[in-house]
Amino acid sequence: MTTTSDKGLDAEGLRARVADVLAAHDPDTTDRLDFLRARFDAGLAWVHFPVGLGGLDAPRELQSVVDAEFAAAGAPDNNPRRIGIGLGMAAPTILKFGSEELKKRLLRPLWTGEEVWCQLFSEPGAGSDLAALATRAVRDGDSWVVNGQKVWTSSAHTAQWAILVTRTDPDVPKHRGMTYFVLDMTQPGVEVRPLRQITGEAEFNEVFLTDARIPDAQRLGEVGAGWQVAQTTLMNERVAIGGNAQPREGGMVGKVAETWRNRPELRTPELRDRLLQLWAEAEAFRLAGSRLRQQLAVGQPGPEGSGMKLAFATVAQRLAALELEILDEDALRYDDWSMRRPELVDFTGREAGYRYLRSKGNSIEGGTSEVLRNIIAERVLGLPSEPRTDKDVAWKDLPR
Amino acid sequence: MTNADLLYSDVETDLRASVRDLLTDRCAPETLLARVESDEPCDRELWRTLARDLGTAGLAVPEELGGQGASAREVALVLEELGRAVAPVPFLGSAVLATSALLGCDTAAAEVADPLRRLAGGEAVGALAVPLSTMTDAAFPRDVTATADGTLDGTVTSVADGTVADVFVVPATGPDGPGLYAVDASAAEVSAPVSFDLTRRIADVSFRGAAATRLAGPDRAPGALEGALLTGAGLLASEQLGLAQWCLDETVEYLKNRYQFGRPVGSFQALKHRLSDLWLELVGARAAARYAADTLARGDADAPVAVALAQSYCAETAVHAAEECVQLHGGIGMTWEHPAHLYLKRAKASQVAFGAPGRHRAALGELVDLPA
Repeated sequence: MTTTSDKGLDAEGLRARVADVLAAHDPDTTDRLDFLRARFDAGLAWVHFPVGLGGLDAPRELQSVVDAEFAAAGAPDNNPRRIGIGLGMAAPTILKFGSEELKKRLLRPLWTGEEVWCQLFSEPGAGSDLAALATRAVRDGDSWVVNGQKVWTSSAHTAQWAILVTRTDPDVPKHRGMTYFVLDMTQPGVEVRPLRQITGEAEFNEVFLTDARIPDAQRLGEVGAGWQVAQTTLMNERVAIGGNAQPREGGMVGKVAETWRNRPELRTPELRDRLLQLWAEAEAFRLAGSRLRQQLAVGQPGPEGSGMKLAFATVAQRLAALELEILDEDALRYDDWSMRRPELVDFTGREAGYRYLRSKGNSIEGGTSEVLRNIIAERVLGLPSEPRTDKDVAWKDLPR
Repeated sequence: MTNADLLYSDVETDLRASVRDLLTDRCAPETLLARVESDEPCDRELWRTLARDLGTAGLAVPEELGGQGASAREVALVLEELGRAVAPVPFLGSAVLATSALLGCDTAAAEVADPLRRLAGGEAVGALAVPLSTMTDAAFPRDVTATADGTLDGTVTSVADGTVADVFVVPATGPDGPGLYAVDASAAEVSAPVSFDLTRRIADVSFRGAAATRLAGPDRAPGALEGALLTGAGLLASEQLGLAQWCLDETVEYLKNRYQFGRPVGSFQALKHRLSDLWLELVGARAAARYAADTLARGDADAPVAVALAQSYCAETAVHAAEECVQLHGGIGMTWEHPAHLYLKRAKASQVAFGAPGRHRAALGELVDLPA
């Protein structure tokens, strides 16, 4: 392997490092996984990560330079959409709170996609109020024994690993009695059942934990500090949701515009005004997303990010609803109610009826729109919170 | 459009600060309330400071024509601040509309450069003689006719800032077709109907054999007028944004300090959620307004789309913000003594300026291939 240590951590230096990897591992003849591992070992997986863990301690914004170089050379990627939870949520949390040993063991197969990750946070009794969660972890020597039920888990049926938040001390107020772990999903105490949703398919799962065991070495953060660790995960989730650049008419609005253009016989003035109202909203928020990225690029992050997911959900739902009205008689049909297990979540995939139903989840998953409005009101506008009745009560004494 | 700069530059931020300081000092709500019922509802002293001392009247005018050589982006910044204060100054009529119309004529000609110089230096106030509600893509107006010897006849209603104009830029139809003319206010009959908007008055202007100077003939006049309307509509979005921002900020402050049921009313989720939604609208409005200003500044081919988008969106945001401001202030918001009504009146009147949002949506549909 050639040494790349003499190359700078600017765009030019990174391009040279990419060229080195491509020269040593021809994408046309190298096995996909071998190529991805070589890219990781060269520090070009996520350049802002530390040296030795797939990165170079380089500025994060240079990642796009690296990705573009590899893509232009026709190199395989790690199929980031398939492993989004690992990349977007598990990895930053492991990086911040994991031991050196855990980081070495977990991050490389996470990035290459050899090991899929899922997130065990939500429970039937703990949705918006995540800190109320009841899955118990009890210490047993050098390990922990876990019992409880998690829900809305994407990829649980394909995952090797999970990030997991548990209740370890029921006798203190809810935010203080939680602990965060990395759980091996392939052990006998873990049962995964599909959770069928209103579209007919099952993107998500319920996960039942019965005496599942976790070595204490797989704990992230201190015992009782699970809430703080979970905040890191969730912050990264919101960055991931608001972060992608879209072309004009990208996403849901493009689907409805296409229907409008292809079906002139269905047009009415009233539908047109509603469509253009939503087109304008979608475009305004697409521009707001560009503006947000421009702010980040000059190191002035604005509070706008908190709103991007809220705006996306509202606009997508109204667009999908409008499309069914435009489609008139065709809205009476649905493509397929049969139970499927899609590997990728695709909000704009399939037909209009599916899009309408799937978009209903946009205002629930990843923080309900109501919770996001509270966050904006309190953290951005500085309005006072509602009086809290649960702050100083031991978790075990909360009404439920 | 990938090149659009949607941020505020350091220069723009400095400009904002000096305009805001001036308005904080000279255009406080109490002053404003007293002024709107006085004999001089337009604040000429404030206008002189703003136009001459701060040099905002000629921001987008090239330096060789007596301006500052900046662009539509900086003009938009000033409008944001003027909207925030609903300042009673003829900036839209003079520095935006009349000035843009003159810039669309042949500025090498003395009859164009002279009035332009006077407007840019703040020595004279201009107004574009079209109804403020004229849609950006309206046909060239036929209200005024011009004779071959250059006198005008006709009446134009609802002219923004016309009550204080020294010179009118008048679209009129002459023997050889459409033209733009300059008419000294002393040659026009100007009357002031009761304006719905108390801080930007309209005027009805009649010309009876009024002496006029031709600024542009059939080759340039329609384009100059269209350009002025497009610029006016696109930059008005920034004024609407500034207005909405004041309404949001003022309402948030009020709800933090207003107690009912033993707690700040701002702690009730029903009200917090409404303000969050409004804040989010402003996020969209700011992006749309900046995009319009930036495309106008660069002469980008996407400017018509950007303007139609900005007017579709920001006009509604301003009205929504002003309506929420009145409602969430409760009883005090309904009084004459609280300034909220000045914002509501400006917002509602501005919503129909350059065509109501529904008209801009229809125009947008043609521009982005979503036909009727």
